[in-house]
Amino acid sequence: MAILVGGDTRLLCQGLTGRAATYHMARMTAYGTRLVAGVTPGKGGRNHLDAPVFNTVREAADATGANASMLFVPPETAAKAMIEAIEAEIPLVVVVTERVPVMDMVRVRQALKGSKTRLVGPNSQGILVPGVCQVGVMTTVNARSGVVGIVSRSATLTSEVMAQTTRAGLGQSATVGVGGDPVHGLSLKDGVELFLEDPQTEAIVVIGEIGGYGEEEVAEFVAAVRPGKPIVAFVAGRHAPLERRMGHAGAFSTEGGGAANPKIAALQAAGVSISPNAALVGQTVALQLHRAKSEPIRSL
Amino acid sequence: MNLYEFQAKELIGRFGIDIPRGRVAGSADDAERLARRMAFPRFAIKAQIHGGGRGIAGGVRFASSPDDARIVAGELLAKPLVTSQTKPSGERVRWVYVEEAFDIAQEIYAAVVVDRARGDLELLVSAAGGVDIEERAAADPRVIARFPVDVTMSPPESDFIGAAHAVGLTGGIAQKAAEVFANMARVATGLDATLVEINPLAITTDGRMIALDAKLSIDPNALFRHPALAALRAQIQMDEGDPKELAADRHQINYQKMDGRIGVVVNGAGLALATNDMLIDAGGKPANFMDIRTTASSLDIAYGVGVILENPATQVVLINIHGGGMQRCDTVAEGVAVALRRARRQVPLVVCFAGNNADFARTRLKGAGVSFIDARDMSDAVSHVMSIVAKAAA
Repeated sequence: MAILVGGDTRLLCQGLTGRAATYHMARMTAYGTRLVAGVTPGKGGRNHLDAPVFNTVREAADATGANASMLFVPPETAAKAMIEAIEAEIPLVVVVTERVPVMDMVRVRQALKGSKTRLVGPNSQGILVPGVCQVGVMTTVNARSGVVGIVSRSATLTSEVMAQTTRAGLGQSATVGVGGDPVHGLSLKDGVELFLEDPQTEAIVVIGEIGGYGEEEVAEFVAAVRPGKPIVAFVAGRHAPLERRMGHAGAFSTEGGGAANPKIAALQAAGVSISPNAALVGQTVALQLHRAKSEPIRSL
Repeated sequence: MNLYEFQAKELIGRFGIDIPRGRVAGSADDAERLARRMAFPRFAIKAQIHGGGRGIAGGVRFASSPDDARIVAGELLAKPLVTSQTKPSGERVRWVYVEEAFDIAQEIYAAVVVDRARGDLELLVSAAGGVDIEERAAADPRVIARFPVDVTMSPPESDFIGAAHAVGLTGGIAQKAAEVFANMARVATGLDATLVEINPLAITTDGRMIALDAKLSIDPNALFRHPALAALRAQIQMDEGDPKELAADRHQINYQKMDGRIGVVVNGAGLALATNDMLIDAGGKPANFMDIRTTASSLDIAYGVGVILENPATQVVLINIHGGGMQRCDTVAEGVAVALRRARRQVPLVVCFAGNNADFARTRLKGAGVSFIDARDMSDAVSHVMSIVAKAAA
């Protein structure tokens, strides 16, 4: 078991014939991911990386039964490609593209409402289920199948925590990057929720950073649900100088986003364990798992 | 990308929003000359800065004659303006905006803003506009009413008239306000503005509805569809940006100078923030923030490392790289080796390579004749750095 992707994932790739897509998709198929189709408008009818290429997502999905799409589409047309996948009712869409205009993502979020699609990204490194399935551009050198679920806003920190949890002998059930953009699909909280439902996952790591309200949302959720699995969080940027604000709207909307310390305080108050720095996440998880096993959590 | 008031006003004016007549002046002489030509009975003279809180800080003044305008403009241009939203040293005032002053009956607050938590565009309105809106909203959030904007429609739709009623307007003036709100939403979607704020939106004693102040923030990722704004951004960067930071940006590196002595080379923003956190926790002071993007080549990286080595404050350099699927350790090692070959001075180097091609990167760096401390992990790297800093201080 894992979350979002697994052995039954039939992946289609939007923008498959491009250079970056070709490089990364070849690595993914070598890892065991099943690529069933590519979509590049105007290039339908060819084969690329042993997969048939179609002009539209709908055609590709109808012909191959694809149940997930990964986008390697430039920022100018990424939103259009996302909406095409949403309209074709692809259950999972993963977007690596960086620098997608925010207003385009607002439009994509409106398209997601009431749809059957779950969006991961944009500006996400993707999803990795160690030893089973890679739908992403991350490194897999330190990945080991195991019990820690990682949901993160930062690709390099995910990779670092992957290495630490592997070194601690715990391994990972899956790693998910929610992406670094202000308006995105899957949230940190959604990731935590999925990992709580996943039987393979015994502990959850949340990697946050300054900006936005994703960490506060996790804190609210955890405080309400009181989950039975240990959750460890790390929030980067405690000493980062605060961004200069402009105007007043940031103060009453969530446009500006938060400093690290209020996030850490909210998570701590909700019962989440905080890793004091980026180097100690693996050890903090190991300690929490040990505690959870030696003294089972009493129901309140 | 934040625009100045005069730039924001010109842009929203094109969307049918009523703005005061005015001109930009770069000197007291200009202010007087423009005031004389415009010949209003009363002038508002406004310091052009990006930070908010300008009104309370004395950045908006009035003048009743061109001679008066000259004196006021001279005072505003003479020194940086410090507000609650600027750096403690304040923001340089390069221009003042000289415009027609009005007799105001009522001031409304209105903003159209991308809300990152909700992932939508929202219209925020308040009956109580003006300089202290933030404090009043903090004391009572009900001061602000929110209306989601549907961006899938063109023009964008919302309950604009409901928003006008929410700020207590009725009849013809409510219609006028609803039009302004609708036009603000069009500015947001039409210009890819993540913030369109009018505060105050004034109702004058003769029944006009005028945007007395405007703030506009444009999404830099959307400039490909706004070539004129892209040109404006290039100009703003040339005028105000740090040349090293801009050059680094062209080399696919996010670089910010800080005031410490530890040079820091990291890939990924999250890891870069986390590395500086660890150094500062250990009592160190980073000389910079550096995030090498996934798209940087080894020569781009050589440039970035070069900037750090050229900084005379740099006493030691920490290279903390976690190789990923897109940016591998060996690419960084190659860049570091090139930078060191070019550098005119040597500083101790602490290197922590992990992830993709970490071993290969170490071999490469050694093969290039670079001497460095090979740290086991991040904690080990930070303690090596701190002992070098301690030795230098002794």
